[in-house]
Amino acid sequence: MYILNRWQRHWVNNTWMIISLLVVATLPFFLFLGLYLKSFLLLHDYHLGHLLFGKIWKPGIGQFGFFPFIVGSIWVTLLAMVISAPICLLAAIYVTQYSKTHLLRIMHPAIDILAGIPSVVYGLWGILVIVPFISRYLGPLFGVTTVGYSILAAALVLSIMIVPFILNILIEIFRAIPVELKEASLALGATEWQSIKQVMVKKALPGIIAAFGFGLARAFGETMAVLMVVGNVVELPKSVFDPGYTLPALIANNYGEMLSIPKYDSALMFAALILLVVSLFFNLIMHFFIIRYNRY
Amino acid sequence: MTLGQKIEEKIFKVLMIIATYFILAVLAVIIYSIFEKGVKALSWEILTQIPKGGYYYGKGGGILNAILGSLCLAFGATLLAFLIGLPVALYINVFLIRWKKVVAFIRFLLDLIWGIPSIVYGAFGFTMMIYLGLQTSLLAGIITVTLFILPIMIRSMDEILRTVPYGLMEASYSLGSNKSETAFKIFTRQTISGIITAILLSFGRAIGDAASVLFTAGYTDHLPNSLLEPVATLPLSIFFQLSSPVPAVQDRAYASALVLTMIILIVSLFSRGLGKRYHKTKINF
Repeated sequence: MYILNRWQRHWVNNTWMIISLLVVATLPFFLFLGLYLKSFLLLHDYHLGHLLFGKIWKPGIGQFGFFPFIVGSIWVTLLAMVISAPICLLAAIYVTQYSKTHLLRIMHPAIDILAGIPSVVYGLWGILVIVPFISRYLGPLFGVTTVGYSILAAALVLSIMIVPFILNILIEIFRAIPVELKEASLALGATEWQSIKQVMVKKALPGIIAAFGFGLARAFGETMAVLMVVGNVVELPKSVFDPGYTLPALIANNYGEMLSIPKYDSALMFAALILLVVSLFFNLIMHFFIIRYNRY
Repeated sequence: MTLGQKIEEKIFKVLMIIATYFILAVLAVIIYSIFEKGVKALSWEILTQIPKGGYYYGKGGGILNAILGSLCLAFGATLLAFLIGLPVALYINVFLIRWKKVVAFIRFLLDLIWGIPSIVYGAFGFTMMIYLGLQTSLLAGIITVTLFILPIMIRSMDEILRTVPYGLMEASYSLGSNKSETAFKIFTRQTISGIITAILLSFGRAIGDAASVLFTAGYTDHLPNSLLEPVATLPLSIFFQLSSPVPAVQDRAYASALVLTMIILIVSLFSRGLGKRYHKTKINF
């Protein structure tokens, strides 16, 4: 039998639930606070603008310019999106509008597996396949000599990693559009492609933007896979074949020595803070797109 | 329809087919190259031994420390996330169900938390450890990974709990049960398959993530034997072995990657299979 009576159990369950909810709901606040307090040392001594746009990164002599990392992150993320977005959009339209249902039944587990593969394994695959591909074929094709560890390699690996996130949302969005809309357009004499282009895509546009935004945020914070193929050189990349360095890679690569140099730990926590703020900001904006989409 | 429109439709249809099969092909290539490289390097020794002296220069040993470490870490984190996550998911769907705006806000908050990159959790875990004066340990790793998988766990449970029909809740109340009884006895039983899927999904995330354990769990060549000692994890063992210049060690990284991928594939297969089996206990409306 139970030790507590019914009402005591109710009370225990209730308290447990509310405490859990409080833990979860205050989590982003504590994340922000923890990282902010830790990077306060750096923010106190340096101007925010100098930190964000300073080009020189020499922690040993107290020079903390995050610009190369921010630029590296933006390059990698945008390039990955440019590669991934059209592929995902086309595939989502095909799977939901043209193909037979069995393809969707194959796509779902495929998306699950792609989403499940750990980022270290993606990184390993990048080293095995993408990096040699770039150094042997893609580089010479454009007349560049490169070792392969580059912005482009990271973008290619990332573009595959974000496919499951984007594709999943896109498929759901296209399936949620009432089929009558397309039928009405077809009945008015539009072709299938015209109906898709001018009715479906237009209707789904806020959702599509949101899907891309979520993918972008995901790509921006990806650590291990990028770290393994991006080259990790602190300089402003001039072309996509140059090696670069991203914010997450900066944090992951230097955790070992961060306590030995003054303010270094503070600088790394500041990098984490930037990541946190950017990811929260992006997700926030994209949610408004999704809400707009749902209201239609 | 003009010729131009016809050609446009044809071109885009071809492009769409290419895009779809390209994604499937990439997945096949990834799985193939992991298996092709990994199976060659895989051996009984790797699976059942811990690293011996000079392991990282190509001497004998295996990755049992990392396999067991990862399993301990993922089990611990999943359990902890379940203990926090299930009540939250139930609270949203049973207690707060009438306050639609509050529920929507909590879901929105959870989605925001879901989007935070795992390296941020790692960094946060590290600052907490310094603040509390802790060393890298299994416990610190478990707590960090728990925070990381919490939103995934809650949102997937929430997705399944919100499918529970309103009538079932009313029936439960009319028979005299209170809210927490309805939540823990009726809702959990009705959605058991979905809850198991959520747990397995979170487990897969927990075992595969490297960035959050990098700072917090540390790395060791020994088997995990205490919550307060550092622990090796599979993703990090892959990462470290791959950075070695010795080809024999790199081969072991491929084998480790195969082991990790297999664990995740098996977990994902299980979650698909279990979803179908537990339908018997479910009341259909």
